[in-house]
Amino acid sequence: MSNKKNTVFLILQDNEDARPIIEAVEQDNPDANIQYQPGMVRMEAAGRLLVNRVTVEENLGREWDVQELHLNLISLAGNIDEDEDKFEISWH
Amino acid sequence: MSIEISAKSITPVRLAYGNLERRFGDKKPASRYQEAVYDIQPTTNFQYRPLWDKNHDIYDVSKTAIVMEDWYSFADPRQYYYGSYTIARAKQQEVAEHNFAFVDKRDLFDAVPEAVKQAVRNILIPLRHVEWAANMNNCQITDECYGSNFSSVGMFNAMDRLGMAQYVTRIGLLLDGNEEATLDAAKQAWMEAPQWQGLRHAIEDMFVLDDWFELMVAQNFVLDGLIFPLLYDRFEKKLTQEGGSTIAMLTEFMDDWYKETVRWTNALAKVTAKESAENQALLSGWVAKWTDRLSVALEPIAIEAFGDDGANELVEVKAELLDRLAKQGVTV
Amino acid sequence: MPAKKLNLRKRYELLTRGMGWETTYQKMDDVFPYDSFEGIKITDWDKWEDPFRLTMDSYWKFQAEKEKKLYAVIDSFAQNNGQTNLACASYLSAIKLFITGVTPLEYGAHRGFAHLGRHFRGDGARIACQMQAIDELRHAQTQVHTISHYNKHFSGLHDPFHQFDRVWYLSVPKSFVEDAMSSGPFEFITSISFAFEYVLTNLLFVPFMSGAAYNGDMATVTFGFSAQSDESRHMTLGLEIIKFMLEQHEDNLPIIQRWMDKHFWRAYRLLALVAAMQDYMLTNSPMSWKEAWDVYFVENGGALFEDLSRYGLKMPKYHELATAESDHISHQVWSVFCSLGNATGFHTFLPTEEKMDWLSEKYPDTFDKYYRPRFEYWAEQKKAGTFEYQKGLPQLCQVCQIPMVFTEVQTDPMQISYRVTEHGGDKYHFCSDGCKDIFEFEPEKYVQAWLPVHQIYQGNCGGPTLPEVLDWYKFKPEDSGDYIGSKDYQRWQEWKGADKKVKQA
Repeated sequence: MSNKKNTVFLILQDNEDARPIIEAVEQDNPDANIQYQPGMVRMEAAGRLLVNRVTVEENLGREWDVQELHLNLISLAGNIDEDEDKFEISWH
Repeated sequence: MSIEISAKSITPVRLAYGNLERRFGDKKPASRYQEAVYDIQPTTNFQYRPLWDKNHDIYDVSKTAIVMEDWYSFADPRQYYYGSYTIARAKQQEVAEHNFAFVDKRDLFDAVPEAVKQAVRNILIPLRHVEWAANMNNCQITDECYGSNFSSVGMFNAMDRLGMAQYVTRIGLLLDGNEEATLDAAKQAWMEAPQWQGLRHAIEDMFVLDDWFELMVAQNFVLDGLIFPLLYDRFEKKLTQEGGSTIAMLTEFMDDWYKETVRWTNALAKVTAKESAENQALLSGWVAKWTDRLSVALEPIAIEAFGDDGANELVEVKAELLDRLAKQGVTV
Repeated sequence: MPAKKLNLRKRYELLTRGMGWETTYQKMDDVFPYDSFEGIKITDWDKWEDPFRLTMDSYWKFQAEKEKKLYAVIDSFAQNNGQTNLACASYLSAIKLFITGVTPLEYGAHRGFAHLGRHFRGDGARIACQMQAIDELRHAQTQVHTISHYNKHFSGLHDPFHQFDRVWYLSVPKSFVEDAMSSGPFEFITSISFAFEYVLTNLLFVPFMSGAAYNGDMATVTFGFSAQSDESRHMTLGLEIIKFMLEQHEDNLPIIQRWMDKHFWRAYRLLALVAAMQDYMLTNSPMSWKEAWDVYFVENGGALFEDLSRYGLKMPKYHELATAESDHISHQVWSVFCSLGNATGFHTFLPTEEKMDWLSEKYPDTFDKYYRPRFEYWAEQKKAGTFEYQKGLPQLCQVCQIPMVFTEVQTDPMQISYRVTEHGGDKYHFCSDGCKDIFEFEPEKYVQAWLPVHQIYQGNCGGPTLPEVLDWYKFKPEDSGDYIGSKDYQRWQEWKGADKKVKQA
């Protein structure tokens, strides 16, 4: 396998619900590239992107169930690892 | 100060999709239910025959012996389309969630007599396998049926059954502080205990039925028409009298679900029987066959649940079922 | 006794596994008769792991929330006559093609996944397929509900399901989904979940829905994005099933590679309609087909197949050709629709000067050289009143059923790509090596094809004349032809005022 890391991405609807998630992604993935497109926000990174429950909860000021992410999800690329603490996308 | 809301008035050029105008006239807008379930399924000019079934088209009226002039004669009295269905179930699950949390938080099972708990383990928990089978059977109906009204109602029913199998499983977990002992014992009983074998045998025979409408009758008319009144209603009431009202809190979903479901199975029985004497004869034959078979299969479970009263309870439930179906025009 | 705390993974396992059983009164092979004839070897279904652990209670909760939001938008869209906020009524040609060509695919997927949801032997895989089966039903129903308001105000949306079974260009999506549905369960899921949903669906939904937002169609944006939230689960199912099959047995690889090659090409050909939609039907296009292809196939698809290369799976056959064609297909397909615009259920229109400049910019190597002259020539003819629709019906590819419009883009882009093969003494015609290969592997399947043009010639479509055929399609006279001067155009002018001329004028 090459050392070049392929891009993973996560696209969310551009709305109020998604804001704390997008901010959490910015905080936890400093290298992520975040693009605002009509109606949606595309977040991409090399190899791996993490949505961390604790960070979202800090931004949101309440408990947050990782599965709530699905409400605003538009698309993604990569292998998914979801549990109660995180939603992670990566290429192997 | 007056607030004036002025919406621009634009006259529509038509009020409904063509298929619905042809069915219901062009004078008023179609309902969401009508838009969602009528005529979406392809009916003709199929491209290829299924590799595994060269004798049928992808959608084929001849997959059942029932004959309908119009397969859309049946309408779900609940008028469920996906949105109204999920919103209704979300409300019910919120109540259920609250009840499960309450029982858990207050340790309400601690106050339930051990004999009642054991009865739940023996009778109710194995029903998760019955619901699982009902999920498979309704998925089969969704797969094989003719018409988007049927596939819609079949699909919702299939997912309901998965949901109820999961609720029964959660009762089993709650009984044992999230240990799996109860679930394991129930599975073993389902596989091996003599009192469950008649039912399991009947259900496995249902898995291989050729005619999806016969499966509809066996599962959704007859088996549900016996099990829900017998076990989720009468048996629950008995448990409540014996100090197990906690259990009834946890099976409220099933109770409400069955009351709701009877509405569409009644409507389906009625419209299908009314179509022709041949349909009526087929339905009667299937109802007779499966009521006989399943009431025999359920007898040992009824006896375990109700003791000496068991046989009589079952006879009453069976009579209620046949009486209700007779009112829809299906006489045995 | 304090209850043991269950984590999501364990809880999900207990709520989805162990309820099924090894049947003893009936043979398992009779209970699950369809999951072995394709040759896929599964040694341990328990190795199947769901990426998303949704139990039914969470499913109802989250989905109901999505539905409440969606229907609030649909209601307010109708109450406020949201259709008047579109960039232009000509944009609706895209929606007309969508409800007649895509919504029925959602329904087909619903039934196909119900088949898998019953017939896969593994409990976990069955549940995953059932969730997708009900999601697909959702998509069909929400699309009908959303587009219902447009149907009340515009032509060409009134009979999508009648038309799907009959219309010449709708046999492209119909034959695609029925190809998958008439295959075995593993091929079906490879086709729909992997080749279509994982590899290609972003090309349909993301740029198209973003395009809807760009053209003021808030109703379509809302159902589209709401459906995409389910689609992300479906795509992931596609990736998981491929990995699962490849991990189960090494003998599965060549079978899956062949299916991958076949259904990639099938789905890609279907998307040629989307390419035309994106570049030409959208009044304002946020992204060209070629750009979308580069981002969503070349880049993401490349990453995906690199990830799967550890199993030995290779990029689908003819993917280089598809990339080379990305400079051409939208122009070719739109040209066909314009030249047969008297027989389409949506309006056609020639690209405006502004649109052509945009196309020149997006397609610097091809648009001015090959396609602009054609559109300009037609525009002159229209001005002079000498434009005529093509007489006679186009020849269709036996497999993808698209008229023979694609060209030899790698050697001579002006030369129609044309392949032929013989089977049982008859000649069969194809648009590409991809389609010809598909036929030659399963000729008995593809000789059955219900080709609309053949059927018209055989007299099975209402009669021998065009008006009779269109009547049989339930096309109304106002559904077809040029957008300019149509009833949709007139209505739009009334709403917008004659002074504000629409771009196509």
